[in-house]
Amino acid sequence: MKPATFEYRKATTVADVVQWLKDAPDGKVIAGGQSLVPLMNFRLARPSVLIDINGIRALHHVEYDGSTLDLGALIHHQEIADHPEIQKKFPVLTVAARHIGHWAIRNRGTLGGSLAHADPASEWPAAMVALQAEIDVQGSPGVHRVPASEFFLGYYTTVLEPDEMIVGARVPATGASRIGFAEVARRTGDFALAGAFVEDCLDGTGFVTWFGVSDKPQRIAVALPPARETSWREALEQLTLNDVAEDKIALAIEIAERALKHSALVGAAYFGAHAIRGRD
Amino acid sequence: MSTKMPVNLTINGETFNVEVEPRWLLSDVIRHQVGLIGTHVGCEQGVCGACTVLIDGKPERSCLIFAVQAQGHQITTVEGLTQNKPDLTPLQQAFQNHHALQCGYCTPGMLLTATALLETEPHPNEHRIREALSGNVCRCTGYQFIVDAILEVAGDSKEASR
Repeated sequence: MKPATFEYRKATTVADVVQWLKDAPDGKVIAGGQSLVPLMNFRLARPSVLIDINGIRALHHVEYDGSTLDLGALIHHQEIADHPEIQKKFPVLTVAARHIGHWAIRNRGTLGGSLAHADPASEWPAAMVALQAEIDVQGSPGVHRVPASEFFLGYYTTVLEPDEMIVGARVPATGASRIGFAEVARRTGDFALAGAFVEDCLDGTGFVTWFGVSDKPQRIAVALPPARETSWREALEQLTLNDVAEDKIALAIEIAERALKHSALVGAAYFGAHAIRGRD
Repeated sequence: MSTKMPVNLTINGETFNVEVEPRWLLSDVIRHQVGLIGTHVGCEQGVCGACTVLIDGKPERSCLIFAVQAQGHQITTVEGLTQNKPDLTPLQQAFQNHHALQCGYCTPGMLLTATALLETEPHPNEHRIREALSGNVCRCTGYQFIVDAILEVAGDSKEASR
């Protein structure tokens, strides 16, 4: 199918976007459009005004000052996957980025778009929650920072007001703990059946943030003894699971185990595909 | 509100001045306004990869971008691979040699994705090729010959490595 009619506006400043969203509450912001355009093609989304933010150069930056990684909303997934400094300082983001969709999707899809879309099976919302990032939101009063843990409300739902947009995300350096990633999908590039970021604090405790298994990503404290099944099960009980079937629970546990194993790898092994993929 | 707006598209190095509705997808404008029908349209939801074109050298889905957004960017379609050249590209020749096309529906997207891959990474191994092509569906399931063709151009033919 083809999209319904809309008015197209090209923004050059975030202030323009906020004003235009205020004028047209059913307007939509388009960044990469890799989730929005399919929805428009099938007329599941019919915005009256489409506000193109790709011309706002200020949203296209990656900066690391030694303690915080500052990512502009318009950074493409592939740019994160290829960024040498991110690979060095936040390797888990490199690995996660490589799992997003396909190459052609990663070349156009953006960080901000993925966070605003808030698909519970997508990588970036979980990554931001797992790494305790803050999301920079701009509305009429200006920019405010929302902790990622408070940003996602449920399936495709965030705290964004109709006249607000994401301008970036700030990811703090991870300190001494180790973070691993794992994901299983039916085919390369498909949405995750289950995925997880697992942080090992190296003192027998850690945190797990799943995606694809519940309504929104949540970072949950877990004990990490040598036998961990009970820990994972207790953690899963804290979530609003989208499927409580035992095989789905078992998959979530397996993925968490795999992410924990991944966290212990160093150097090239950390980036090896089989380290994360296992037998999927 | 079907107001059309003028857009200059740069496709295969040529400029095309077209009038488009904002809602028109780049894939449709390339085919119906510009008349370059080598770009195929399959799923219109970004899954199949048939509509893949290069935008500023990178593979992107032309069904997931509006034509009005493409102004100011260099677009390459499958026709552009042999623009002003008498022969097929080495990759196209390899596709022919390896019988890497059956019905031909996925071929333009496969060629453009593989061209961009070989441009950024001249000697990819089989794993890398399959990863890069994961976003291009061949409805004839003829993947092996496509991978073989790309491996030949990558100078890492399977026969040689066996």
